[in-house]
Amino acid sequence: MSNWLKLVVVGLVAAMLSFEASAQQKIGLGTVPTAEEIARWDIDVRPDGYGLPPGSGNAYDGEEIFIDKCSACHGEFGEGAGRWPVLVGGHDTLASEDPVKTIGSYWPYTSTIYDYIYRAMPFGEAQTLTPDETYAIVAYLLYSNDIIDDDSMEINADNLAKIEMPNKDGFIPDDREVVSGERCMRDCKDSVTVASRARILDVTPDQ
Amino acid sequence: MDRRNFLKSGLIGAGAGTLAAGTALANNTIPKEVPEWSQILGAGVDVEPYGLPSPHEAHVRRRNVEWLTASPESSINFTPLQDLSGIITPNGLHFERHHGGVAEVDPNEHRLLIHGLVDKPLVFTLEDIKRFLPVSRFYFVECAANGGMEWRGAQLNGCQFTHGMISCCQYTGVMLSTLLNEVGIKPKGKWILAEGADSAGMNRTIPMEKALDDCMIVYAQNGEALRPAQGYPMRLLVPGFEGNMSVKWIRRLEIGDMPWFAREETSKYTDLLEDGKARMFTWVQDANSIITTPSPEKVMKHKGYNVITGLAWSGRGAIKGVDISLDGGRNWEPAQLEDPVLPKCLTRFYYPWDWQGDGKLIQSRAYDDSGYVQPTFAKQREERGLNSIYHNNSIHTWEVKPNGEVENVQLA
Repeated sequence: MSNWLKLVVVGLVAAMLSFEASAQQKIGLGTVPTAEEIARWDIDVRPDGYGLPPGSGNAYDGEEIFIDKCSACHGEFGEGAGRWPVLVGGHDTLASEDPVKTIGSYWPYTSTIYDYIYRAMPFGEAQTLTPDETYAIVAYLLYSNDIIDDDSMEINADNLAKIEMPNKDGFIPDDREVVSGERCMRDCKDSVTVASRARILDVTPDQ
Repeated sequence: MDRRNFLKSGLIGAGAGTLAAGTALANNTIPKEVPEWSQILGAGVDVEPYGLPSPHEAHVRRRNVEWLTASPESSINFTPLQDLSGIITPNGLHFERHHGGVAEVDPNEHRLLIHGLVDKPLVFTLEDIKRFLPVSRFYFVECAANGGMEWRGAQLNGCQFTHGMISCCQYTGVMLSTLLNEVGIKPKGKWILAEGADSAGMNRTIPMEKALDDCMIVYAQNGEALRPAQGYPMRLLVPGFEGNMSVKWIRRLEIGDMPWFAREETSKYTDLLEDGKARMFTWVQDANSIITTPSPEKVMKHKGYNVITGLAWSGRGAIKGVDISLDGGRNWEPAQLEDPVLPKCLTRFYYPWDWQGDGKLIQSRAYDDSGYVQPTFAKQREERGLNSIYHNNSIHTWEVKPNGEVENVQLA
């Protein structure tokens, strides 16, 4: 290698290294929060129980809270009112023509019940329940779905994640085709038949 | 016939011809009266400090389907694709999907917290975020349920309703990778919980690989601040993935070593198959396309020269081409794509045709630069059954009738 070429190569490597360094360099914006500040916002709960707060509740107490705060939309037994979600039942319907996807029939992890109720329920009054109330409602929903059979069982951070949901093995990773079909251009099918028409249903809103 | 008479008869002939055409196209003649707007002064500047469309365009608006959801606060409306030109969705027409209504966030009190498996947790104000090097990119945002009402058969008779859960804008913000570099991700940090500041506390898990690839924290949309309905003052943008992951009013990112399995990635946004199993983490929006004119809203008015136009997109990359069929998918011809053709962005296509007033079954079929070709509905149903709800990207059919009306139909 000639000397000038060596210089070019050395220069290029140096340039790449300095680019690498600048890409990793921190700008230094933002403020470090206190642990207390983080805890105030850190409300999420994971299937391994990570994030569950201290506290507890049972289904017996949960029923009363549920009727008071949840039944207007979900019905007293979680059967749902109007178009609001059904929370109970639906077992063995997932492969049917009319699947009923409830906490009991569909949800894979108990942690999701706690996480969702605390962050988003009651609808329009989010993050107002105490951990004890949330545990009690979770217990009531597990009891109503026959997942626990003792309405005095105290649900807490130690045992919630250990309770297995009936549909925990009901999910598979995304295995949709990555490359699909060929681009046929001529005589791609023998016959063309209309199978359904939107006008017959007549459910389109007026415009 | 002398020369004068010949000219006269020629003029009469020409006049007769003009008259005939004039009768047929009475509305295309120049009006006799001078219109008011050509005589009197119009509004001065500042009468409308933030401009609005002409009142004659009042029909161009978002619409919802009331029977779809229990309440308008946890619902969706649709972008009027049939009335748009080019590839950009005006901000006021971007479809809305809220789970707890529109959060009215005070930008001065809004914070973005990044914590979890990081070297140094950080809190950013909107002002902090805007100090970073800005990046502007064109992307579509599409709800995973776009087309979801059509699984069991043709249902909604309108392009806005069958495909309007998609919009496309230029977004400006900071690359998420830049922010993650600021906090420093620990080696075990493979997943990110993104959480919104709305009353749904919307939360989704984002894979780290995607976060470092092309995700952004955006504060501007088409040159102005995000609208409240799109996440003001800042939202996460996850290009090409289902819209629900682009968490609006983003307030927190927690780095973890496993997914969170939040409600919106287990109970919802999972795709139930025929055997009762459900696919989860179906993030990518596959290649899709729709003819926006003609459509049930944009009927055929003229025999002869017409241009079929529509939109195509893919969450995997750039649209490579769109084919058009006029005979229900038996034969296909390539449409013209209009520049710019960008990855994970809407692409506009055109196909000029000579319509002779006969019935046609028209379709568009997109394919992207990953080699993926948009499937037929029959193929998609065969593979997924009828209960999937989400991720319907099959070839759509409009029936053009001899009277020019257009209906949403599905083929066997």
